[in-house]
Amino acid sequence: MAPLLLAGLMFYFIINRLAQALLVMAVVSAISFSLFNFVGDPVNNMVGQDATREQRVEIRQQLGLDDPILVQYQRFMLNVAQGDFGLSYRIKQPVSQLILEKLPATLELVFASAVIAVFLGIVLGVFTGIRRYSWVSKTIMSVSLIGVSLPTFIIGIGLIYLFAVYLRWLPSSGRAGVIEIGGWKTSLLTVDGWRSIILPAVTLSLFQLTMILRLVRAEMLEVMRSDYIKFAKARGLANRAIHFGHALRNTLVPVITIIGLNIGGLIAYSVITETVFQWPGTGLMFIQAVDFVDVPIMAAYLIFVALLFVVINLIVDILYFVVDPRIRRGGS
Amino acid sequence: MGKINQKSSRWQRFLDNDIVYSFLTTPGAMIAATITLIAITATFAAPLIAPYNPFDPAQISLWDGKLPPAWTDGGSSAYLLGTDNQGRDMLSTILYGGRISILVGIAAVFLGMLLGVTLGVISGYFGGLTDTIIMRIADVQLTIPGILVAILINGIGRATLPLELREEFAIYVVIVAIGLTDWPQFARVARGATLVEAEKEYVQAAKLIGLPKFTIILRHILPNTLRPVLVIATIGLALAIIAEATLSFLGQGIPPTTPSLGTLIRVGNEFLFSGLWWITFFPAIALIILVFSVNLLGDWMRDALNPKLR
Repeated sequence: MAPLLLAGLMFYFIINRLAQALLVMAVVSAISFSLFNFVGDPVNNMVGQDATREQRVEIRQQLGLDDPILVQYQRFMLNVAQGDFGLSYRIKQPVSQLILEKLPATLELVFASAVIAVFLGIVLGVFTGIRRYSWVSKTIMSVSLIGVSLPTFIIGIGLIYLFAVYLRWLPSSGRAGVIEIGGWKTSLLTVDGWRSIILPAVTLSLFQLTMILRLVRAEMLEVMRSDYIKFAKARGLANRAIHFGHALRNTLVPVITIIGLNIGGLIAYSVITETVFQWPGTGLMFIQAVDFVDVPIMAAYLIFVALLFVVINLIVDILYFVVDPRIRRGGS
Repeated sequence: MGKINQKSSRWQRFLDNDIVYSFLTTPGAMIAATITLIAITATFAAPLIAPYNPFDPAQISLWDGKLPPAWTDGGSSAYLLGTDNQGRDMLSTILYGGRISILVGIAAVFLGMLLGVTLGVISGYFGGLTDTIIMRIADVQLTIPGILVAILINGIGRATLPLELREEFAIYVVIVAIGLTDWPQFARVARGATLVEAEKEYVQAAKLIGLPKFTIILRHILPNTLRPVLVIATIGLALAIIAEATLSFLGQGIPPTTPSLGTLIRVGNEFLFSGLWWITFFPAIALIILVFSVNLLGDWMRDALNPKLR
């Protein structure tokens, strides 16, 4: 394929995906906007029960709730595009500021569990792929099957009971040892912080760990049968060089894709994990907002999550296009 | 010929059916089916077989609160699995709670199936713009993890209800939320099956003799999409039960007045630190066993009914 044609095709492909992404965001933002109008009365939420009629009318006008719906939507979209989601009904602070405050906790949790999932997933996957018939591998595979089918919150409760209540090794909830570095509140630099992140991070990582483990194992089994591995063995290379230098490297492309796609899953499941461990991140904030019908936070979280997934999917799609020539041929 | 007919009695033919044969030769499937059946029967017969009615104040005594299981120190033989903080018998609350978990799961899957199969068959049969729009929506929804979609729909549903009705209608909101989360899976499978069937000669023939579209879809295509749909429904039931439990555990689902297993785990979780492990442990075990057996059953069905899905 000529390079110019390829560039044109890629351009078309990206524009196409971008248009889809924009469509998704338009739909999601329309849903978020309608939340404000259909869920509760915003004026009631602002002034409380004992405001006078005049006060209510005044606030309605101030908020522009008497304007035509399209004007309101336009204003909402302009504000959102600038990162302004309004004030939280309950805490009376700008929602964007609240999210930015809670985001480091969630991102650190997701990062820690991604590291656990990727590291253990690859190591155990390679092991079970090479030592297919050993009882250790069989045990790992059975345990991983259980890990996949158990609900996240039950795993969390189980870990809390074992390590916090029974053994008393680790704290059961919260985020301890937080220090601020250049505006970023981190808990990854203190012993207390490490102790408090272990249980939630392990809980959150288990599902992804199992997925990565099974994928790496399947890929390893496949690769180990291939000719170039047989040749490497025939050349008398050391086992370690074959397994890690030759075999593992070729399993990594699908693994990287899955990891990319699953980052979104980690953030979604962090809602549950953060609630179980009372981890003060965006997920816990969202659940509390739902509890109190705090519409601005719900709407902002909805848009935030949709944006996240759209961006991740877009990147993965484009990466696929770059990595896998078959998709290019399908497009032409 | 006569001999052969005699041999293959109706029972014999039933046993020779490939699905029945596969079932009878897969011990895992038989165990899973037995446990699922026992669970469904026991929970639905809860008013008859439960030792107590945990929702009848006359049968609850606070004096009997927080009793450990019968076989441990301080346990009472009157309460096999112990009692919760309000003195309710754990075994009875689990039976009643399991009934709600299973009911919500079945209702949610049914709703998702109804919606998904309808949209999927329409999508596959008519194609074109209808197909593009429906499947695009399904794709978009599938990119976001199900549990998050369920939490969002459930949250919006709760929020639109007035405060005083929220508890009463919580169960319906949960069913709708999980059903609306489920449908894309059904739509995809039903659409795929419809595309295959619509090409077949008998459907072409039905079109030729001028049968109305509605009749063709309902009488000819729909029955042939049901095998794969049944597989998705069984696996979906396990997922729906987990989703309900998760919502209830997060405090967004079934209220404590008529608790499901998830609600029981949530309530019990508050007593974990005081060492009252049984209040959360037994509902959790019940949930795990239930989900496991339904899952196993779904796995077997996937293999037996539709080898292509493997």
